[in-house]
Amino acid sequence: MDWKNEWKKLALIVGVFGACFYLPVGLARFDRAIMESLHLVKWYAREHVLLCLVPAFFIAGAISVFVSQASVMKYLGARANKVLAYGVASVSGSILAVCSCTILPLFAGIYKMGAGLGPATAFLYSGPAINILAIILTARILGLQIGIARAVGAILFSVIIGLLMHLIYRKEETEKANIQMAAPEPEVKRPLWKNALYFASMVGILVFANWARSGDVRAIFLCCPGGLSTYQVEGKLISQTDETVTIVDTEGKKHQIAAELMQGAEDVRKNNLYEWIHRSRWILVGVLLVAFAFMVSVWFAPSERAEWVGASWGFAKQILPLLFFGVLTAGLLLGRPGPGHEGLIPTAWVNAAVGGNSIWSNLFAAIAGAFMYFATLTEVPILQGLLGAGMGKGPALALLLAGPALSLPNMLVIRSVMGTQKTIVFVTLVIVMATLSGIIFGTFF
Amino acid sequence: MKRLQILGTGCPKCKKLAENAEAAAKALDLDCEIEKVTDINEIMKFGVMITPALAIDGQIKAVGKVPSPDEIKQMLG
Repeated sequence: MDWKNEWKKLALIVGVFGACFYLPVGLARFDRAIMESLHLVKWYAREHVLLCLVPAFFIAGAISVFVSQASVMKYLGARANKVLAYGVASVSGSILAVCSCTILPLFAGIYKMGAGLGPATAFLYSGPAINILAIILTARILGLQIGIARAVGAILFSVIIGLLMHLIYRKEETEKANIQMAAPEPEVKRPLWKNALYFASMVGILVFANWARSGDVRAIFLCCPGGLSTYQVEGKLISQTDETVTIVDTEGKKHQIAAELMQGAEDVRKNNLYEWIHRSRWILVGVLLVAFAFMVSVWFAPSERAEWVGASWGFAKQILPLLFFGVLTAGLLLGRPGPGHEGLIPTAWVNAAVGGNSIWSNLFAAIAGAFMYFATLTEVPILQGLLGAGMGKGPALALLLAGPALSLPNMLVIRSVMGTQKTIVFVTLVIVMATLSGIIFGTFF
Repeated sequence: MKRLQILGTGCPKCKKLAENAEAAAKALDLDCEIEKVTDINEIMKFGVMITPALAIDGQIKAVGKVPSPDEIKQMLG
């Protein structure tokens, strides 16, 4: 036998054996965590895949095929207007970075042959946070408020980070690599209004299909006994005794929560338009679907349709497995949101580390996010678990802003592009800015 | 001998492009060398910002998309 090659396999087998030997089956916390993770996967499958993820894949596919990347790139070139370059760099992630693996080459390109250090770092910070799939999933699962805060925070702070980087290194003459940018050939021309209508109808379908019912009451609970953070359940109050409060939320899920955790409840003010949209949401979706089918069949050439479906399918293939394992892991480690749904990690730990809205919990979340690697979009289920386990909203935003923008592996790539010193400055700025936006968000919401 | 370079940091699309390039070369029965360029600084030297990209004998032929084997055959021909 050739031990030089076989020892790895032996080590693997011994490792797996050891893990099986000491498998904590039967331990209450472990068994419950397994059930939590299965429940969470089922909940995602029932609530989020058909109405939210599937339309989102088609939208992302459409953006990657029909929006001309070349037309955006010209605003980030070497001779571009500097002020405009910051603005474009901070928002273009939603168009250019539909897949997170394209972020780093674009960043390196903008830095070396385009508009320079400032716009490049602005793009690097905001890109992963504002890609269309990330925004849709964040808003759907973590709530509209945090979804909007993530997009707005990423755009605003990316400009600040870009400008600071530029100011810190303004004396340094960047020798522009004298290379011609190889832009992709422009796509088939279609009048702008046709493209706009096409995208608007898709977004409309996504929004109306997910229009939630509004509840009667909104109850506020502590995340755990003695916890620092609260969370809300909106729905219908079924019963309230001295021990437990039972609420059926707007998605039809029943929550039984210990009465001692309840902080208060308020009636939800009914908005007529909101209710009307909820009642007629399937009619609205139907009308939009017909209009959409008409546009796709009349305005688009068969080859374009095939390309669009192909790109959407590509996203689905790439992202669904990642998300599946992300949800399983989040469920196993953190459980479903709410008391009584603990995973392997005790809520008290989460609450102690990132509960409330102190500087420390925000800073901790920002640093952890900066170094941790999140596979595309898995930050969302993990954040959902953390929020349910007692993380404050501020630290959650801090983690969302620092997390996808940076990770240990991509820091190494960034370092190879712009050197150690600039990388350290950039990472520090990201952590500081993410912490700040977390504190601001946590204070106001 | 032709030299095909696949530029990309290792995303699924880059792998797809490499497969298509191999298929095209095989179909033409062409004597060629296929190289994957994954280092980001090397990719920049081609002026490419949107991956994947395909270069034939150092000339960029496709950027930011995955051409089909048939399209690659035409580029090679």
